[in-house]
Order: sequence, then structure tokens, then C-alpha cells
Amino acid sequence: MVAMSDPIIELKGSLFPLSVLYCQDFSVAALRQELSNKLAQAPGFFTQAPVVISVENCDQIPDFNAIKQLFTELQLVLVGVCGADAALKKAAHAAGLAALQPPKAGKTAEPVKAAPAAPAAPTVITTENKTIEQNIRSGQQIYVKGADLIIRGTVGAGAEVIADGNIHIYGALRGKAIAGAGGDASKKIYCYNMQPELISIAGNYWLSDNLQGDYWGKPVCIGLQDGQLMLAELF
Amino acid sequence: MAKIIVVTSGKGGVGKTTTSAAIGTGLALKGHKTVIVDFDIGLRNLDLIMGCERRVVYDFVNVINGEANLKQALIKDKRLDNLFILPASQTRDKDALHKEGVERVLNELSDEFDFIICDSPAGIESGAMMALYFADEAIVVTNPEVSSVRDSDRILGMLSSKSRRAEQGLPGIKEHLLLTRYNPERVQKGEMLSVDDVNDILAIKLLGVIPESQAVLNASNSGQPVILDADSDAGQAYLDTVSRLVGETVPFRFLNVEKKGLLKRIFGG
Repeated sequence: MVAMSDPIIELKGSLFPLSVLYCQDFSVAALRQELSNKLAQAPGFFTQAPVVISVENCDQIPDFNAIKQLFTELQLVLVGVCGADAALKKAAHAAGLAALQPPKAGKTAEPVKAAPAAPAAPTVITTENKTIEQNIRSGQQIYVKGADLIIRGTVGAGAEVIADGNIHIYGALRGKAIAGAGGDASKKIYCYNMQPELISIAGNYWLSDNLQGDYWGKPVCIGLQDGQLMLAELF
Repeated sequence: MAKIIVVTSGKGGVGKTTTSAAIGTGLALKGHKTVIVDFDIGLRNLDLIMGCERRVVYDFVNVINGEANLKQALIKDKRLDNLFILPASQTRDKDALHKEGVERVLNELSDEFDFIICDSPAGIESGAMMALYFADEAIVVTNPEVSSVRDSDRILGMLSSKSRRAEQGLPGIKEHLLLTRYNPERVQKGEMLSVDDVNDILAIKLLGVIPESQAVLNASNSGQPVILDADSDAGQAYLDTVSRLVGETVPFRFLNVEKKGLLKRIFGG
């Protein structure tokens, strides 16, 4: 028995942060292209993220069912639409989507825009080990998802090399190296000449300031031991 | 087909325009038909360094917009028959350049010239990208100090990722390092990066070392490319550089502190 004062369900109003997608083109093909590009810039970041589509500047009724299907494919959760007029609301409801109020002006701090935004730097994404046979220059950024990064060259000051796996650098490391970016504490950084701006393994990092000393400019292996970064000579 | 060479650096004030003028003139001296194109739209300087500022009628942007043809815009050098200048526009900004227009002009120049020298603006924005996009070779002008070296590193990254050659998967742009304003005495005192220091960081082939020289400022102010001042150390260093650019082997000079003779020590020099 459940007492009257102890209801089985309860409905309470709450506020949640939701990403709102603003787009110019509501065709599935265009959305697939733009969203895939966007997601590729930050893999994993938007996985199963709840998203609302703004349909404010939508002049015809899009195929909400197909869009929903696309979101599922891309591992996003389409919650509803906002800024819909009566006809759009009806179509959204028919597809099982909620019609929400448009966000208040000034609160659309970081809309996830589907409009093409040029990535800041070239990012390499792969699930296999990646070997690069040249120098990584200042301003360049390399990311290897789920695997090791091997560089037969130098990583310049102001460059960033990131891998979920180990990082091997057969030249000087003068920029940033981030290994075990996915959180794996067993990953290591190997470099032939260590003069970095920053090294990090699974979120534990040291800055250049912390690294001045015997190992500076030497061939070094960097690993994590009991949550503490450890340096060792390579030879 | 002309060889397109961009003179670039990232950082401003390191000597790109001086170098463009000197190398363009040097190639013409060696008998190659050469044009120097000023990509620094809005900050037109090349015409001053080349001493042809009073003869600018039409410019690069006019040609791109179809308001003038190349023949009208090209300025023939008064000293050398096979040297031409395509000046930048002073009244426009760098957005006046677009890839299609630049490509069309470069293709047209390519039919007639052996070398096209592109004098890049500073920075890494669209103007600099336009200057390097179509290049076959790049001369990266660097001063022996850390910020210039880092900016050069950044530009080298752009050369290998943002150029036409990179985008179309062609063999990469041939990169040359040109160290300018080099002062061996300050290097010896440890106040300035040495050739080896810079080489170690940038790791590209050294094309030349131009010593810090009073002759450069004099040349700029008189509109006379410094390479024509064959008595000056900077002029000679640029002559060596051009020789290396066309494949000759020339030993490097002006790298070490000059030993001063007794008279020089007494009277200065």
C-alpha cells in the first residue's frame, strides 16, 4: 500500500542546459554533412547529448522523422524543437517531439551552429596508430583517437600532439604532448629531446617550469606512477 | 612555366619586402625574366623599395577586377630590362584578393616570366595565405630572435597544410630559410640566436644569411634594391643567396666576427 502522502510519481519543473542547433538548411543530407563535421571536431563530446532544433527560420515543414533517425544514427538525442509556429508544432508533435519555447535572448550563449565553422587547426582523427614523417609546426594540432601517435620529426613550440594512446617523438618536443587523453593512466610519452611546453598523461600535467633540470633536452620516457608523473632516461 | 616563389615570414618587419626586391633583382641580373608581385594590399611598399613609386598607375587589384590588363599594370624596372613589378593597391584591403583572381593573374604571368616572386604581407590571415597558396618554393625570412623563429615555424606549418600543393597532394613546397639582420658580434656575446640555433628549431635548408647592415636602410630610402650595392656586405650576401637559389654552390659568408685590423681599431669602421 502506498499512502496518499507518498505518491508514486511526481512532476516537478526543472531547468536543464540543452544544446540548441541553429541551421540554415533543414534537409537531412545537409544536416548529416554539417553535424558529422561538427562532431568530428570533438569526438565523444556530444555523444548522446540532448539537442533541440531551432525552427524559427524554417519556411517549410522539414521531415522530422528523418531528422530524428539521423540524430539517433549520430548518437545524439533529439528532444524537441523550439520557435515553431502552429503548423511546425503539429508536425513536431506528430513525430513525437516536444515543442519548446525559444530560449530567451541573451541566454543563447553558445549555440551549436550547424553553419560551417572553419576548424582552428588541422586535426587528424583515426583509430589506428598514426605515423607522421615530418615536423609538426607551431599552431598545428594532431589528435589520434584510440591509438598511438608516432612522429619522425620535431614538435615545434606552440604545436600540440594528442593521443588516446602513447606518443613517440623521434625528434625534439618543444610543444605540448598529451598522451592517454582518453584517461588511460598506463600510457607514456617517449621523446628524443625533451623541451616541452607541457606534458600530460591522463589529465596529470607538468609545465615547462616543472621540467627544467637534469632531464631537459635529454631522451626521456614519461609515465604515470601512482598518479604521479615520472621521468626516466630513455637509454 | 614560371617558378612561383613566395617570400614570407609570419612576423612583420623582418625584411620580406627588402628580400623580395633583392632576390627579384638578383634573378634578373642573372638573366632570368622576373616579376615581383606585391601581395601586401593596403600597405604598398615594394614600389618604394624598388624606386618606382612615381610610375604606379594600375595595380594588382585593378587587374584582378578586370579594370586594367596586366600590360597596363606591370611596371618595367628602369635599371634592368627583364625585371617587372606588379604593385599592390594602397586604397583597398587584403580581402580584395581571392583565389580565382590571383590564380588567373599568376597563370597569365607564368606564360611570360621565368620567376614570379610573391612578396607576402605579415600575419597568417587571408592576405598571407593568398601569397603562399600557389607557390612552388618559399623563402622564409627569419630574424635571429625567438618570436620571429616561432612565427616562421607557424608559417612553415601553413605551407605544408594550406597551400595548393598540399591540398592537391602534389609534392610539397620547397622551403628555404633566409636569416636576415644577422649580427655575428651579438651572436658571439650570446645576445642573438646563432645560425645553428635557428636551424635546429626550424630544420629547413639554409638559403642565406644576410648581415645586419646600414646599407639596407640606405638602399630602402633611395629606392635602390640593396643587391645592386655590390660593395656592401648585405648586397654580397644577397648575391650569394640568389646564386644558391638557382642551384649554385656558394660558401656562406658573414657568419663570424670580422677581425678588425689595427687601423680599423684606431679609426673605427
